[in-house]
Amino acid sequence: MDLDRTAEEEEFRRGLRAWLDATLPELPPKPSPDDWPARRAYDCAWQRALYDAGYAGLHWPADSGGRGALPGKHLIFLEETERAGAPYVGANFVGLLHAGPTIATEGTAAQRARWLPPILRGEEVWCQGFSEPDAGSDLASLRTRAVRDGDAYVVTGSKIWTSHAEVADWCELLVRTGPPDSGRRGLTWLALRMDAPGVTVRPLRTLAGSAEFAEVFLDGARVPLSHRVGAENDGWRVTMVTLSYERGTAFAGEVVACRRTLVRLARAARENGRWDDPALRRRLGRLNAEFGALWRLVQWNTSEAEAALRAGGDGVPGVGASVFKLRYSHARQELYDAAADVLGPLSLDADHEWTTGRLTSLAYTIAAGTSQIQRNIIAERVLGLPKGR
Amino acid sequence: MDFRPSHDQRALIAGMRTLLSARFPREKLREAVDAEVPETTLDRSLWRELGTCGFFSLRLAEKDGGAGLGLPESVFLFEEAGRHLLPGPLVATHLAAGLIPGVAEGETVVTALEGPGMVEHLAIADVVLVLDGDRGCLGVLEVTDGHGPSVLAGRPVRSVDPTTPLHHVVSTPEGARALPGAGVGGGGLAGDDAARLLREAALLTAAQQLGSAGRTLDMAVSHAKNRRQFGRPIGAFQAVQHLCAQMLARTELARVSVYAASLTATEIDIAGARLLADEAAVRNARDCLQLHGGMGFTWEADVHLHLKRAWLRRAQWRPTEDAEESLARALLATPGESPGENREPFE
Ligand SMILES: Cc1cc2nc3c(=O)[nH]c(=O)nc-3n(C[C@H](O)[C@H](O)[C@H](O)COP(=O)(O)OP(=O)(O)OC[C@H]3O[C@@H](n4cnc5c(N)ncnc54)[C@H](O)[C@@H]3O)c2cc1C
Repeated sequence: MDLDRTAEEEEFRRGLRAWLDATLPELPPKPSPDDWPARRAYDCAWQRALYDAGYAGLHWPADSGGRGALPGKHLIFLEETERAGAPYVGANFVGLLHAGPTIATEGTAAQRARWLPPILRGEEVWCQGFSEPDAGSDLASLRTRAVRDGDAYVVTGSKIWTSHAEVADWCELLVRTGPPDSGRRGLTWLALRMDAPGVTVRPLRTLAGSAEFAEVFLDGARVPLSHRVGAENDGWRVTMVTLSYERGTAFAGEVVACRRTLVRLARAARENGRWDDPALRRRLGRLNAEFGALWRLVQWNTSEAEAALRAGGDGVPGVGASVFKLRYSHARQELYDAAADVLGPLSLDADHEWTTGRLTSLAYTIAAGTSQIQRNIIAERVLGLPKGR
Repeated sequence: MDFRPSHDQRALIAGMRTLLSARFPREKLREAVDAEVPETTLDRSLWRELGTCGFFSLRLAEKDGGAGLGLPESVFLFEEAGRHLLPGPLVATHLAAGLIPGVAEGETVVTALEGPGMVEHLAIADVVLVLDGDRGCLGVLEVTDGHGPSVLAGRPVRSVDPTTPLHHVVSTPEGARALPGAGVGGGGLAGDDAARLLREAALLTAAQQLGSAGRTLDMAVSHAKNRRQFGRPIGAFQAVQHLCAQMLARTELARVSVYAASLTATEIDIAGARLLADEAAVRNARDCLQLHGGMGFTWEADVHLHLKRAWLRRAQWRPTEDAEESLARALLATPGESPGENREPFE
């Protein structure tokens, strides 16, 4: 057991740090949160810059356009980029953090070659079409139907809460190919082109005021059979891979970003006098422990993934992903509640960065599976307790 | 002892509920939420109607045009206002009734500056109550011809609560004059009178928080009964049941504390009621949001409005830390081993 980094890894860290120091000051100003096309352009330009500098897809396999490193190296990337305050993945969240990894694990060689390099180059944006109006927590009850017609599926139904659907090129789409009551056994994972005829996107407004997600209506949209990932009716298993990446690794970089915010909170508190309140100081101290521990959990899970990969496995995060997701989402909410305490009256100013952060943090215990569902998973699948329903 | 609201008090509550359902139904709330100009969130004709119904004058003597009722009745009305998310500086206006002409009738809108910080509805207010925290006294600033912001050098901010426009004021202005009839020289209503008004402000704020907590509990329970996942109402899952049960417990603890404080009106009872009601409003709104899943995160659902209003109210009329500190101090100030002044919980 050790936490040591190799000389080669430290060399990598130094190089990355120097590159960030030179690159970040040259970035254009961040676009307005309401301007999705500009946000997409900004996020993709950043991804392109990473790609050109050799920092994209560090731990993705070489045949996916990646650099074939072990996931541990990617942690150094996260540490350094977040510490330096580099741009957030933004519109590339789904592509880089769970659709891409799913395709890397479950896709054919042709699919990997088609879809993964454009994600790494910041050319194609993905969104996630899993949830439906009547199928949220109970995802396996979804009803969007895909019927075979020649060399394509014809898809009819509707999806909801689809984040950044407005600017996406592709959608990881979960559909029913089995009979209506087939549950988990009748689902299939498809890649849908968002500009296909029959796809309509209607933006939805979040409580923070912006249109972060949307409804997606599918009216006879055609998806070529070759755009199916995994076998027909084996989509639930593929989906578990997607959700494992989403819950287990997709937020890892945010942990570092949260620690950075925490440091800024402490400084702001010292400046405005709130630091004199021992209750607040200790609260920030506890959060320091919490985010420290979450990062340790990321390191632990990464070591397990590396060991699995070395042993010829696929390195997909296990059900421990739910432990991380559960704890992180609450820690993030506590962080921004503490920020409101530091800010005092200014926490009521909706234009303050930390007020926006507080509002968006409210989604974390709902999106990617609610906290109640994570606890059910931990109780039933980690601890083996009997199912309550 | 009969702690329960009397027949007349229940009738008063029902009357207020009917009035608000008719005059401030959900459509009105949503209109206010989406108003282009935030100042229009306060409807002056509704304000006058509240005046006519005695919302502001309730506690004035009958000879002064009031109903001669007490703090408990005010608390019931404010609880209903909180339930319906009625916008406006209700507390400041209610307190100023009888002190400033036109307030009792609902002609005059009164907001308050409690020190550097946020002031609500400044641009539409006619009068600003100014609290001088150091001297513990209250004064008034007349805001004629809509110059409120400039008088106070306030900066308009985009309020987190869409129906409560805010100005950020960094310093307490000079020139607040004494409240009429206060009979105190040099800047306002002081001493016991000011302290009493401040206690009442904290309690009426708590009553609004209580109303909001009750409403989000109802919303959560109704959603839990109707929304189905895994082939049953989500309310059949113990995790959901426990969240709802905790919401109820919070609401009931807040309710009895607020009601009791309206009877005793002591500093300590009000401080405790305020803490519990703030917590009930904020935590219940959070749990209600959680129980609504993705829907709870939308602008369309009302739950965020309760959460944002609860955040805002919590910051008004007595900071949490103050209430906690006075409750802590009260423990040491009490002679002998009894748990609290006027408080014998196990007697
Ligand atoms: C900001 C945001 C972005 C999102 N982005 C996407 C996206 O890009 N793509 C996508 O497909 N989806 C997305 N989602 C949807 C998200 O995955 C769902 O909202 C979530 O899974 C919950 O489903 P639901 O909204 O239908 O709530 P419901 O499933 O109706 O849940 C309501 C409440 O019941 C509880 N509950 C339900 N079942 C149980 C049970 N068995 N035991 C205990 N409690 C239970 C839940 O915990 C919740 O509190 C997003 C959501 C948000 C908020």
